[in-house]
Amino acid sequence: MKKTISAIAAAGVMAFAANTQAADSLTIVSWGGAYTASQTKAYHDPYTKMTGTKIVNDDSASEGLAKLRAQIEAKNLTWDIIDMVASDSITACDEGLAMEIDPAEWLAAAPDGTPAAKDFFDGTLVPGGTNCFIPQIVYSTTFGYRIDAFGGKKPTKIADVFDLKKFPGKRALEKKPIGNLEWALIADGVPAKDVYKALDSKAGVDRAFKKLDTIKSQTVWWTKGAQPPQLLADSEVAMASAYNGRLFNAIAVEKQPFGMMWDYQVFDLDGWVIPKGVKNLAEVKKYIKFATDTQRLADQAKYISYGPARKSSAPLVGKHAELGIDMKPHMPTDPNNAKTVLNFDYVWWADHRAEMDERFNAWLAK
Amino acid sequence: MSLPPYASPLERTWYYSFRVICGAIFVFLIGPIFVILPLSFNAQPYFNFTPEMMSLDPVGYSLRWYKDFWTDESWGQAVRNSFFIAVFATMISTFLGTLAALGLSRPEMPYRSPLMALLISPMIVPLIISAAGMYFFYSRIGLASTHLGVILAHAALGTPFVVITVTATLVGFDNTLIRASQSLGATPTTTFFKVIVPLILPGVISGGLFAFITSFDEVVVVLFVGSVDQRTIPWAMFSGIREQISPTILAVATILVMISISLLATLELLRRRSERLRGLSPG
Amino acid sequence: MSGGAVSNDLLTTADGTPLKVSLQRALRRSRIRAFLLVAPLLVFIALFFVVPIIDMLYRSVENTIVEKVLPNTVVALESWSPSSDEMPPEVVFAALNKDVVKGFKDKTLGRLARRLNYDKPGMSSLFRKSGRRAKRMKDVDFQGQFLKVDKKWGDITTWALIKRESDPVTASYFLAAVDMRYNENGEMTSQPEERQIYVNLFIRTIAMSAGITLICVILGYPIAYLLSILPMRTSSLLMILVLLPFWTSLLVRTTSWIALLQTQGILNDLMVLVGILSDDGRVQLIHNKIGTFVAMTHILLPFMILPLYSVMKTIPPSYMRAARSMGASPALAFYRVYMPNTIPGVGAGGVLVFILAIGYYITPALVGGQSGTFISNFIADHVSTTLNWGLAAALGVLLLTLVLFMYSLYDKIVGINNMKLG
Repeated sequence: MKKTISAIAAAGVMAFAANTQAADSLTIVSWGGAYTASQTKAYHDPYTKMTGTKIVNDDSASEGLAKLRAQIEAKNLTWDIIDMVASDSITACDEGLAMEIDPAEWLAAAPDGTPAAKDFFDGTLVPGGTNCFIPQIVYSTTFGYRIDAFGGKKPTKIADVFDLKKFPGKRALEKKPIGNLEWALIADGVPAKDVYKALDSKAGVDRAFKKLDTIKSQTVWWTKGAQPPQLLADSEVAMASAYNGRLFNAIAVEKQPFGMMWDYQVFDLDGWVIPKGVKNLAEVKKYIKFATDTQRLADQAKYISYGPARKSSAPLVGKHAELGIDMKPHMPTDPNNAKTVLNFDYVWWADHRAEMDERFNAWLAK
Repeated sequence: MSLPPYASPLERTWYYSFRVICGAIFVFLIGPIFVILPLSFNAQPYFNFTPEMMSLDPVGYSLRWYKDFWTDESWGQAVRNSFFIAVFATMISTFLGTLAALGLSRPEMPYRSPLMALLISPMIVPLIISAAGMYFFYSRIGLASTHLGVILAHAALGTPFVVITVTATLVGFDNTLIRASQSLGATPTTTFFKVIVPLILPGVISGGLFAFITSFDEVVVVLFVGSVDQRTIPWAMFSGIREQISPTILAVATILVMISISLLATLELLRRRSERLRGLSPG
Repeated sequence: MSGGAVSNDLLTTADGTPLKVSLQRALRRSRIRAFLLVAPLLVFIALFFVVPIIDMLYRSVENTIVEKVLPNTVVALESWSPSSDEMPPEVVFAALNKDVVKGFKDKTLGRLARRLNYDKPGMSSLFRKSGRRAKRMKDVDFQGQFLKVDKKWGDITTWALIKRESDPVTASYFLAAVDMRYNENGEMTSQPEERQIYVNLFIRTIAMSAGITLICVILGYPIAYLLSILPMRTSSLLMILVLLPFWTSLLVRTTSWIALLQTQGILNDLMVLVGILSDDGRVQLIHNKIGTFVAMTHILLPFMILPLYSVMKTIPPSYMRAARSMGASPALAFYRVYMPNTIPGVGAGGVLVFILAIGYYITPALVGGQSGTFISNFIADHVSTTLNWGLAAALGVLLLTLVLFMYSLYDKIVGINNMKLG
């Protein structure tokens, strides 16, 4: 009896010990699926090979902000680096949850000597006037569709998403008002540059929801990046909005019969945020300097079709690492795809997110 | 009650149709659990029976999802976490719950009803409220995102089951046995270990099993109180279902069903044993 | 009776104390012993379960942030009243500047801005803009300078909001939880119609749970009856069919239902095969109310069957035979004699199923789609996505109150001490 108790206790202690973080490892939070896979291949694996530091992936970036807030309040920070979209980083920065970044100190210069502050695309280092954000990629949310769904017809503009007669079938949209409201207005005839002005008025918001009402019964709502390609693959929907890289992955790697519609894709920035009070500061700085340099950003484009946020990386974007396809035409920033672009207004959304979320949830629940 | 030979045609039809209805409800209860078992052997990554499977063609069946589960490190971590947390949570809740049940069963226990209500409340309070509250509070005291935090949370959720089952066992407990043992010269400690414990052991074990399965199957609290280091099997299944339902989940589900069946068998054997010990035999 | 001295009329024990006192002492000692056995669990539950819930209660009204981040402004506003219809005096703006400069430097301004934004959209950008400019303001005419930063500082409703939320406790979360808000004059009114969610959600949760309970009664009653009249051997075997779902993981059962109910899933395939449906006319059985109904009924049915069975088992079969012998038809005997005796079981099972149903989170999240989600899903959403923890706590408190009320009803019908688990 005594022996078994001490054996169990010993096992317990060993298990506890095994579960504590090794000193030389970084916990990096990201979005999972094909995106995390591309980061692992382009940043994490080379870094581990170079320094021996292990990298632990946590796929909870979709709740990143809330969990960060809780961790900091509890003074129990377990994360080292967090992948966040620009608008979330504004909130994190404003609330003092994130470290302020000095580009000169944290980020590597371009190979030709251009300082980092000039090499990253204008405005990307200081979204909404904050300076806690380290941009990685430009991604866009855009539409994919099943090639066999419409009898040969191809949707080419946003209005087609709302046209159930010409393009029958279910749609999949992200379960957030962001993007959907703007698309509804554009489909209803509002010019893209006037969309946010229209949304400033109640009549404009009403108009957007009315347009969404026309397809509501045929819409499935997704919350995670891996869902829309899955829904398309299962033929649960005929058209889906999705992160462009996930669609590319489905088409090129999984050979799914999808097409992409780039009309009024919504550009957004995805980047790194460093929690305030992070423990391994020296290691984190080393990683960031490595993972955001010109070559690394160009490298991740070998695995997923997201555009690097540095000007010097663009010419280095080459072929897909496994398939040998030229990646440039698949970038959201490629001129053929970026004929019409919706520029996401962070500041407007930071102000109106709570209100629009409530209205959207009420509308969904009806 | 079997059909008496003098039953009328109406009674006969009712007798059989009643049993058919019950049969249908039983199918409703059991069917879904067993329908996924063959699906976990599907060679294709689909969630329904392919034509090859229907014609029992061996080509349609494969063990690939089990292999997936076995080799994938994140599932391995989930299994380790699940067992680690469940075992320790069960130990805590069984220990505390049994003690409490012993105290609550004494006739002289003050405030029995309100205390009982309080101690059972974790079973009744909606899980989301417990989870959110624990998330807020454990964050304050630094227990969030730790194994210890999840273990304590699960222990709190498991104790009502132990209390209920051990109390139920003690209701039929014959106190003269204690007096008899003491009259033969045993000290209270010896009485406890040699007389009381063997008789309440079935109740304690079944309470412990309830607590174990509660912790093993619990997902809401782990989602909130834990972080990725404490990822358990239900958590991995939940996020797997939300993102993409790979049939690996079906393989995991099948394994879990097997575990449930064995637990149920254990419980059934214990019940029969305790009835035998008390002099009641199954009819 | 030996050993005790008999003094006057009192009986005493061997050491001279009166018997009554001695008895009371012994009783108290054994009471304390009994309590000590319960104490460890009590402390454990109190610390790790009850206190978190109290913490949540606290968060549903806690509002110390305005006081903490804008201390000077709050004090300066004490002498101003929104009903005066005038702008706050210059001294308030001076205080605002002081607070905003400090708040921006300490990075506490952002959280305050988000908190106020819940009640009035636009507060976020207002404070963010002001935060950046406040440091560079000159020491004179703060009012003018703030108005130049953003017109909203000239809006009385902005100041009314700040003044109203200066209290360390606020009712605004609870108001939002029942679809109400404070309007410009500080009165409670209902939210604009397009923002009303929660009342409907509560109604939907309660209605669906009631529906699920009803279906469970209808399906569970025959099973419990069958199990109670069959001989022990057969009924134990069949009982396993009831207990197995009970012991199977919730996620396993939900996964099975997803596989069964999907549009491309087994049930639809079966119906197409048999010919009831055409391949294009597949029915949507999941990601809506139907999915929630079916899956939750399946999961909660054992909770109805077990209490019903234990009650039915105690009804002597002689009752029915007596009724028959007095001339009642089987149906009448069942209706008049048997059923009334099972009402306590139906009540116990029903209340139990109902309480469990309204608190569910996992199943509605996975199979409910949009129309079949419950209030718990929204609470979870506010905790992890929108970060409005005050509202999550307020909704949680309302749900908890509802459940506690049902729990007390259960206590009255059944008595908590009589809860059995099969």
